[in-house]
Amino acid sequence: MWKWFHQLASPPHFYRLSAILSPWLAIPGLILIVYGAWQGLFVVPMDYQQGDAFRIIYVHVPAAYLSLMAYMIMAGAGAIGLIWRIKLAHAVAAAAAPLGAAFTFLALATGSIWGRPMWGTWWEWGDPRMMSELILLFLYFGYMALRSAIDDTAKADKASAVLALVGIVNVVVVHFSVEWWSSLHQGQTVFKKGTMDADMKAALLVMLLGFTLLFGSMLLRRIRTEVLHRERRTRWVREMILSPEGGA
Amino acid sequence: MNAGTDTMPGLFTGLFATAKRDLLLAWKRPGDVLNPLFFFAMVCTLFPLAVGPSAEQLEFSGPGVLWVAALLATLLSLNSLFLTDFEDGSLDHLLVSPQPLPVLVLGKVLAHWLTAGLPLVFISPVLAITYRMPFSVMGVMMLSLALGTLSLSLLGSIGAALTVGLHRGTALLSLLILPLAMPIMILGANAVSLAAHNDIYSTGIWALSAYAIGSLSLAPYATAAALRISNE
Repeated sequence: MWKWFHQLASPPHFYRLSAILSPWLAIPGLILIVYGAWQGLFVVPMDYQQGDAFRIIYVHVPAAYLSLMAYMIMAGAGAIGLIWRIKLAHAVAAAAAPLGAAFTFLALATGSIWGRPMWGTWWEWGDPRMMSELILLFLYFGYMALRSAIDDTAKADKASAVLALVGIVNVVVVHFSVEWWSSLHQGQTVFKKGTMDADMKAALLVMLLGFTLLFGSMLLRRIRTEVLHRERRTRWVREMILSPEGGA
Repeated sequence: MNAGTDTMPGLFTGLFATAKRDLLLAWKRPGDVLNPLFFFAMVCTLFPLAVGPSAEQLEFSGPGVLWVAALLATLLSLNSLFLTDFEDGSLDHLLVSPQPLPVLVLGKVLAHWLTAGLPLVFISPVLAITYRMPFSVMGVMMLSLALGTLSLSLLGSIGAALTVGLHRGTALLSLLILPLAMPIMILGANAVSLAAHNDIYSTGIWALSAYAIGSLSLAPYATAAALRISNE
């Protein structure tokens, strides 16, 4: 177990392993997304209240879930990098941040498009989840800005890890305070949903799994480029580039 | 055991010495203390000019405006929390000091709150009067601002420590701290407007107190870690 763990933390080993692993995540992920989207858009019956508009849920919910997941990965990897001084963990955190920001933006955008027919407005300031998600997007921006402002990579890694960890403690407070705030303002009451239709739920689960796999593959690819960039002056990278295969 | 450990002063000596030094420096450079205060008053002046001077609108938006202005003014002053020490090298002395760094940091942050947060609390009633805030609400507002600016100083010290010595420090500090500081403003501003409407405001005050206590006990460690990282 520990041997495996140490091997994984070594950049050349990870680089080789991730090349094998990445398509095994991407292909099932894409298949699941295509199947789930087809189910969700054409097969599943219309919602009796929302009509066809509810179908955006199949992008919105996976994006929202991944926006949080990416933050967890980013902060978790940052903590591992700080505590055990594993360089690869910092590369994971650096690679996860832009992905997380992208999914947060996607969740906000789809939520806004969904809100237009449902609540009659593109943006509802009174909705606690929209506010929390927006603050999450700002946290990602701050994290990436701090990273890019520090020239020394090792320093940028540690400083941004501290920020991500402070952020994760705060996310709970943000959530609580925004909930309290919106209950005062009696914002748009979020439509009450009964239990979801089984077919609807099945399609959503397929989409969730598909998005997760695709996210995993994208994350791996981003970590690979990050590792390559960080290790550009090492011998193994040079040997790999100069080898006949050219390091595919 | 060397002789130095026996004669090392206690924790509170270190805490008070750092705080006293920063207070003395602030006393000698009153501009640093006064500028955020003027900024606070200016921002409060901007809002009626932008949204119109109607009495009910001012009454309605007063708590929010005061809180936003206090948040921005605190952020403005946070930038220099470690900057002058970084520039003249005294930050290095804090880092190599045998005293625990979180305690020294706490001393600096407390001095910052006394020179940046507390003055805001004391001039806020003057501005609140211009926003037609009833006198009965002033106490709640001052309490919420006192607790809130303490939390802001502590939270902001983490950001200041992370960005110390960076060229684009000021804008970056705001970008880092504003999303984290939003809960403080939400709790504070809403507690004041609830009090203004004779509603139950204690939830906000309790939550703000909890936040202040939480950051008082955790933030110095994060700030110390951040200082070590940005100065290695």
